[in-house]
Amino acid sequence: MVANPGTRPTGSNFADFARTFWKKQGQNIMLPLIGVLVFLVVWQLLSSTGLTRLPGPLSLVTEQRTRELLLYPFYDLGGLDKGLFWQTMYSLGRVAKGYTAAAVVGIGLGILVGTNQTINKAVDPIFQFLRMIAPLAWVPISLIALQNVQQAAIFVIFITAVWPILINTTVGVQQIPQDYKNVARVLQISPRKYFFKVLIPSALPYIFTGLRIAIGLAWLAIIAAEIVMSGVIGIGFFIWNAYQNNYVSEVILAVFYIGAVGLLLDRAMAYLQRMILPEEQR
Amino acid sequence: MQMLKQVEAKSVAISQQPQGRSFLEIANVSKVYPTPKGPYPVLQGVNLSIKQGEFICLIGHSGCGKTTLLNMVSGFNQPSQGSVQLRGKPILKPGPDRMVVFQGYALLPWLTAFENVYLAVDSVHPKKLEAEKRAIVREHLAMVGLADAADKKPPQLSGGMKQRVAIARALAIRPEVLILDEPFGALDAITKEELQEELLKIWNDHRCTVLMITHDIDEALFLADRLVMMTNGPAATIGEVMEIPFPRPRDRTQIMEDPEYYDLRNHALDFLYNRFAHDDTE
Repeated sequence: MVANPGTRPTGSNFADFARTFWKKQGQNIMLPLIGVLVFLVVWQLLSSTGLTRLPGPLSLVTEQRTRELLLYPFYDLGGLDKGLFWQTMYSLGRVAKGYTAAAVVGIGLGILVGTNQTINKAVDPIFQFLRMIAPLAWVPISLIALQNVQQAAIFVIFITAVWPILINTTVGVQQIPQDYKNVARVLQISPRKYFFKVLIPSALPYIFTGLRIAIGLAWLAIIAAEIVMSGVIGIGFFIWNAYQNNYVSEVILAVFYIGAVGLLLDRAMAYLQRMILPEEQR
Repeated sequence: MQMLKQVEAKSVAISQQPQGRSFLEIANVSKVYPTPKGPYPVLQGVNLSIKQGEFICLIGHSGCGKTTLLNMVSGFNQPSQGSVQLRGKPILKPGPDRMVVFQGYALLPWLTAFENVYLAVDSVHPKKLEAEKRAIVREHLAMVGLADAADKKPPQLSGGMKQRVAIARALAIRPEVLILDEPFGALDAITKEELQEELLKIWNDHRCTVLMITHDIDEALFLADRLVMMTNGPAATIGEVMEIPFPRPRDRTQIMEDPEYYDLRNHALDFLYNRFAHDDTE
């Protein structure tokens, strides 16, 4: 907020700013950096002393194939032979589809179940049962049920991500304070108005919690799904393929991509949550 | 007991006024809640006739069913026996003609003060022009002294200001009966007196019928035409109805200099703390 180069054009001001910024944030930046560095050094030592057959982080640069992948993430030679950026984008595309479907179905069904006690009693045991099934267990089922590998992958995302959204939305709707409902009853607020002015804003913090849990799960699931579904472009299948061909440092590079993307997805959801939810709401 | 009979005679007299029937009639009302230990009677044989434009305060120890009684007027629940009638029609459900100022204010925290009041006006008068509705909202916020805070959200308002918004919301829809459940209980002494005076001033101008629960005898003596004193539960009923004869408009200091004020006050205290003292061992 303070760093506005337009209003702070002079160099000395910027130096001042940099100094105060460093004073405030120095530790927050340095300590994580040191942590990462120590982690990488220990890992490198473990591999170079031969305690583990896993190559160290330096192999990302020393192995020629991996170095090319690292330096050229955007290459595209057609078919499955694409740079890691494209592999990741294909996976993200699937996540986007499955996750959107999960959000629509989860929020919609959650509101229905949350407002209707009878339906809730009828379906709750099914939901509690289904949500315990791991993404990998859904893979064969979706492959048999849908026949199409692409659709099956998206279905696995959907079925993994839908439960936290559904269950949190249901709870959010059930937790609407009785006072708000009473006000709505006295004023005889129309159902449409009740939905937009009372129900949705009241349940929104819960819905966002569900959405944020679900984005992480969706990303976990896509990797699992792609590893099993051979012949698709995507970071998951890339890992599997690299492993089959014994390009172990490629696997490590891809894992870095996966972790980074997962972190970004979670941050993006947290940012969205902060933007949309007013401060006052929890 | 003599006094009680007098009161009954009086209420009969009231109900046979020129209009033929009373405005709000609570006739032989009982409320029984089923519990695992068998039926629990909260209220038994409650009779009260209220004239249009009257200011009634209800006092009694906690758990004596004051709120239960008011909930039957607002329509949130129905009597097990007897009837509650407004203008000769039984009350079956909540409606904007009997607006409630809730104990916890019940403002929607994601809407500004203006929007909270507007939601009420808009729900009750959906066909009015928007400019007209906005004018009504502004008028009533100004009436409770909140014109400047119209765009603030409830979490940014103090307890007294929140209660003012709740009162503005209640009055903006021009209810025939205004129901207040201990509206000033959570406020500090100074804010409380200010709000009492404002409420009285507004009531003088609008003359809606007011039913208010209070724990404060001085508050009741300052505000009410009649003070309804409830006996202790279970099976609570109206023990006594006290006429408060001070002329209106009332002035707090003037009333408190009146020797009759202390007679009435002592009588009410005697009722609450000697004749129907709260038995905590029960």
